[in-house]
Amino acid sequence: MRRLFCFLALTVAVLLGGCGKPDFSDAEKKTIASLALNTLPALKPDTTNRFADVPAAAALGSTLFFDVGMSRDGTVSCSTCHKIDRQFQDDLPQAVGVGRTNRRTMPLAGVARDPWFFWDGRRDSLWAQALTPLENPLEQAGNRTAYAHYMKARFGERYERIFGPLPDFSGIPLNASPLGSDTEKAAWNAMSDAQRDAINSVYANIGKAIAAFERSIEPTPTRFDRFALDLATGAEPKGDAAFSREEILGLKLFIGKANCVTCHNGPRFTDNGFHNTGVPPVAGLPADRGRVDAVAQVEADPFNCFGAYRDGEASACGELRFMVKDAPELVRAYKTPSLRGATTRPPYMHAGQFSSLDEVVAHYAKAAPSVEGVSEVHPLELSDRERAALVAFLKTLSE
Amino acid sequence: MLGKQAFFRHSVFPQAGGMRSVRQNVIRRRGTGLASLWRYLLAGLGLAALLVGVLAVVYLTVPHSAQPVGPDVSRTKKTDNGLYVASFVPERGVVRQGELESWVLTLKTKTGASVERAAIAISGGMPQHNHGLPTSPQATDYLGEGRYRIEGLKFTMSGWWQLRFAISSGAGSDTVLFNVVL
Ligand SMILES: [Cu+2]
Repeated sequence: MRRLFCFLALTVAVLLGGCGKPDFSDAEKKTIASLALNTLPALKPDTTNRFADVPAAAALGSTLFFDVGMSRDGTVSCSTCHKIDRQFQDDLPQAVGVGRTNRRTMPLAGVARDPWFFWDGRRDSLWAQALTPLENPLEQAGNRTAYAHYMKARFGERYERIFGPLPDFSGIPLNASPLGSDTEKAAWNAMSDAQRDAINSVYANIGKAIAAFERSIEPTPTRFDRFALDLATGAEPKGDAAFSREEILGLKLFIGKANCVTCHNGPRFTDNGFHNTGVPPVAGLPADRGRVDAVAQVEADPFNCFGAYRDGEASACGELRFMVKDAPELVRAYKTPSLRGATTRPPYMHAGQFSSLDEVVAHYAKAAPSVEGVSEVHPLELSDRERAALVAFLKTLSE
Repeated sequence: MLGKQAFFRHSVFPQAGGMRSVRQNVIRRRGTGLASLWRYLLAGLGLAALLVGVLAVVYLTVPHSAQPVGPDVSRTKKTDNGLYVASFVPERGVVRQGELESWVLTLKTKTGASVERAAIAISGGMPQHNHGLPTSPQATDYLGEGRYRIEGLKFTMSGWWQLRFAISSGAGSDTVLFNVVL
């Protein structure tokens, strides 16, 4: 009798205490499954770039991506900041090209899936994005006609095999750009419309080749994905797919009380949107108002989806066509970054404001008001143990 | 490790800790005559323990997300001043999170006539998140029979979305709000 009583009591104890196996509600399981990499759909074709999936274009793009000749002083390439062995970022709070910029380099895994580019979305296609650092005086600092001349001199044959004949370069100034120095601007304005259009076409093709290469940079499965797959199939997680109690707590917080999954959703852990989360400005950097200032820039970009250099139909331009142009919430709104691989690439935020994930979690828990505009984040009570658990869970996205 | 006694002291049965001494007293004073009564008592306790166990199982397995009744998600509604009957459905039948989508807004008058040449303005957001729509959807096409294509919708998060339509036509101006829960 007494033994039976003990047995019953122990049964109750075990049931109340949980038996160590992760237990998730159906709703939690559904959310976890939606975050797993196996739900990432195949990369859609980019009809605005008819070379997007042309292997020769991707190969040329890869050459250009790593070529320091693609800069004013011959020292900076895309890969200077987008380092291939560092998740295509540079570990610096603000990127350094020819000069120091005011923004953190973004990693490139899955970049071809973004609807908007840069932290503020000031470009609307991967190929239009690739063109922007080339002429930014703080990044590659080159100019449009110089890049066209360089393509002809260095890659003429390869270029023509992919894109067709290069234009007639007679009378094209060596250095000219609508965005360059006063002399370069004057030289650009002195060119004929046909010459400017011919150079813009070569320039756009440079971007399309680089974009074709970047489409191959995709996220890779992590411990979290193995865990999620086992959870979905009901298999016992084995080896590193098994989560510790702390990691399970972190995951539960991430998709529950801490509300991280509101914005960091889907297999890339981003809603591809822009949010003011009250991240403080960096002293000494130029004023930065985020998305609200990017709207006019993407509208003015001659290489945007509505422009003359898009391939395919304008029906691909939905994001630009239905873009939010003025709303108070665009002020100091920045893109939701993917959290895949985040643990191993501090510092964090659009200008490297936080040096550790502990600081990031503390920032979101505290929810300090924004210096301008209104932060969408609300304060949250998180114990030290819970904060550590969130960080432990994030680590599983980097292993 | 907690001993059995310690467990009982922290257990959901506050009476359990003192049980043994009661029992010993009972046995000493009354001998075996009351053993059957004791047996009933113990069986009752066992059943109570079992009940708690079952409840615990139910509590641990039932989804914890059971929420109070959500917003009205009907896809057909009378407009706020009763001028129109509006219905709002995804053009392809399903809602996909994170993708630009087209929906169809169908407008009929009270008498069931199709509303043509309506001017439609769209706004909305997520009331629980205090943000507006991530895109600016527009009525881009009249499809006939009071049907208007609403393009450029994008639901970037799961949760409760609201879409407000301001409608004006020859029949007058009215508004209607649809809730979409993802
Ligand atoms: Cu929201």
